[in-house]
Amino acid sequence: MKAWLTALTVLLCSGLALALGGAMLALPEFAVRLPAQVTANLDTSGVSHPVTAVLLNFRGYDTLLEVAVLLLALLGVFALSRHADEHAPRATPAHPVLQTLARLLAPLMVLVAGYLLWVGAHAPGGAFQAGAVLAAAGVLLRLAGLLPAWAQPGRLLRGGLALGLLVFLAVAVAGLPQGSLLHYPVSMAGALILLVEAGLTLSIGLTLAGLYLASAGAKR
Amino acid sequence: MTPALAFDLLLIAALLWSAARALTIADVFHAVVLFIVFGLLMALAWARLGAPDIALAEAAIGAGLTGALLLDAVGHLRARQREPEQ
Repeated sequence: MKAWLTALTVLLCSGLALALGGAMLALPEFAVRLPAQVTANLDTSGVSHPVTAVLLNFRGYDTLLEVAVLLLALLGVFALSRHADEHAPRATPAHPVLQTLARLLAPLMVLVAGYLLWVGAHAPGGAFQAGAVLAAAGVLLRLAGLLPAWAQPGRLLRGGLALGLLVFLAVAVAGLPQGSLLHYPVSMAGALILLVEAGLTLSIGLTLAGLYLASAGAKR
Repeated sequence: MTPALAFDLLLIAALLWSAARALTIADVFHAVVLFIVFGLLMALAWARLGAPDIALAEAAIGAGLTGALLLDAVGHLRARQREPEQ
């Protein structure tokens, strides 16, 4: 019976994969040439890397809403883990080799995150990648027992979590008098994008690390 | 066969193998480790396809953070399994 169910599942999944692949191959030619449009407008975006230009300028809406969704996900984790933390979560001491490694690697990871943020303007990189590296540093420090879990995030931490979204919203609204939401003036676009990305890096790093740090303190 | 093509074929085989093993293996911990391996190989595949942005995100979020979260979940599951015996 179980073998039959497994076979049926595999068959259905393979069928779905084949159907999706077939649908992708049967897609008609795109009527709008988006890559050409991005290349044509790259000069006005304030950055020279097309991916960053799309994420933070041409389709800024998507990124703004993604960051909001990320924050909501973390709030959900907080709501779930709040009642389970009657034992004060403290860092358990790890092996000294891991602790030394974490102490050596964490500053380097912060440096790499800063580099990724800066290089995002003209090469692969950007706020999400930099934030993910920051978050990885946080998780590593937590695993080495050097960072306590977040039972009750303080005011500073909560401010840091919301900072990226707030900066992004402020920049988005600031463009309203000139025309529309999220419309950057061409001369300031580069600086504004860097400002938004710097805020996003910090908040995304804290949020992604928080997904781990908040749940890791739930029950130990 | 050029070295690049041979590498790509090896990569595809390793991707399919790790994906299949991650789904079929019985032990949860091994499944998580295979999932992390799959994520790292996927990052390599994105880099080979000329999408370094996605490769970076996949390596950091897909393999690294998700892997840490899943390992944490395995730890919780094991702790819960051990409790009734005590």
